[in-house]
Amino acid sequence: MIGCKASASLPPLPELNKGGIVMRISEHPILNFAKGRKVKFVFNGKEMEGYEGEPIAAALHAAGVREFKESPHHHRPRGFYCAIGNCSSCLMKVNGEPNVRVCVEKLEEGMIVETQKGKGEISAAQ
Amino acid sequence: MLHSEIVIIGAGPAGLCAAISAAKQGATVALLERDEFLGGQLVKQTHMFFGSKKQYASVRGIDIAPLLEKEIKGLPNISVFLNSTVLGYYEDGVLLFEQNGKAKKIKPARMIVATGAAEKVLPFPNNDLPGVYGAGAVQTLMNVHGVKPAKRVLMVGAGNIGLIVSYQLLQAGVEVAGVIEAAPYIGGYLVHAAKIRRSGVPILTSHTIKAALGDRAVEGAIIQQLDEKWQPITGTERTLEVDAICLAVGLTPLVEILWQAGCQMKYVPQLGGHVPIRNQFNETSVPGIFVAGDASGVEEASSAMLEGALAGMEASASLGYRSEDFDLIKQDILAQLESLRSGPTGEKIRTGLAQLV
Repeated sequence: MIGCKASASLPPLPELNKGGIVMRISEHPILNFAKGRKVKFVFNGKEMEGYEGEPIAAALHAAGVREFKESPHHHRPRGFYCAIGNCSSCLMKVNGEPNVRVCVEKLEEGMIVETQKGKGEISAAQ
Repeated sequence: MLHSEIVIIGAGPAGLCAAISAAKQGATVALLERDEFLGGQLVKQTHMFFGSKKQYASVRGIDIAPLLEKEIKGLPNISVFLNSTVLGYYEDGVLLFEQNGKAKKIKPARMIVATGAAEKVLPFPNNDLPGVYGAGAVQTLMNVHGVKPAKRVLMVGAGNIGLIVSYQLLQAGVEVAGVIEAAPYIGGYLVHAAKIRRSGVPILTSHTIKAALGDRAVEGAIIQQLDEKWQPITGTERTLEVDAICLAVGLTPLVEILWQAGCQMKYVPQLGGHVPIRNQFNETSVPGIFVAGDASGVEEASSAMLEGALAGMEASASLGYRSEDFDLIKQDILAQLESLRSGPTGEKIRTGLAQLV
């Protein structure tokens, strides 16, 4: 077995945004990332920053948020899974509308993003 | 109600090539794509393709998509519908799709389904925790959006996707604790495996994941060795401190629309799941409905492009559009497909296709 020992003892994981770990990729051997303008949005009442036009899930990830929804029956945390709008693991409440697939929904200035609990209610106004 | 001679669902490598080849024969084409861009999963593939020059060998997937897009734009008989999700196919031959919040109907004379595939999951305790991600999803997050999925990742699966995404994680500055593979051998190309091993990432064959650890998100993983009968060996469990577990355990064709259209389907494990019975020119059991790319069996982008081109030609020929060099082009496509599927790496696909075609 090649390299078996190498994984036996790993150093502890560094803390996010403290030990110099930044989730945005700044340098890449092949890619350059053209980003939109910086915008503010609100996640569960807390102001956050992301880039306009990127998926909401990307902005949340970059800010260290990975828990997007709570499963309806067992109330377990759920996050990102497929990134192509296929699996429904990342459904959140966005501007009051439930069941938004945040892996493909684009971030806009001032969006109100909330963890979705349960199946999501559609109000009469919608 | 919109009308088009040929409607193609999905603008990934197969759908784009289907549109180009059908339009070049002279048919009018409507290309429906649920994303807001053309190219499908090509847009995140930073690695260079294999195959021959005709199949864009040595070109990165991200650079192939713009080439195909340019060809599409040069063909006035192709109408592109972006942000368009197909919702259903009805008995009267009408396709319903949603575009920017509006329901629309289109009636095609011929249809080419190039919907691609979705990632499979693996059953293990806590596999629903945030931090357990599809390998393709991680590729999208970092290669398209420039965001790292985590700080340290365990990759499950040493097929081509597992190996390539592991390497791309390293390129993005993410640690890879290791790649585990349940089979006793590496499934992907050894050139990819060598690259990540040279970077110091261990590839552990005959290993599986026993459980993900964590309360609200992944904080670790327990891996375990398997014996020659694929049974876990007690006492070989090891805990890895990782904050993400990437699943690269294969893809399954997205074939809902083909089921709905009444195509005869068959479960073919070598092709990733249920796939439509079809003839060698990619027409399904329902006359006029064609399939191409991963939806017809999970393979790779090079063969998807060829299958798309083939389906596009056949669909247009069945409408009476046949260029003078039709047979030459078709023979060339068939020869290229045969060559791609030759040799030991093509065996799985050949075995799968033998059950269908």
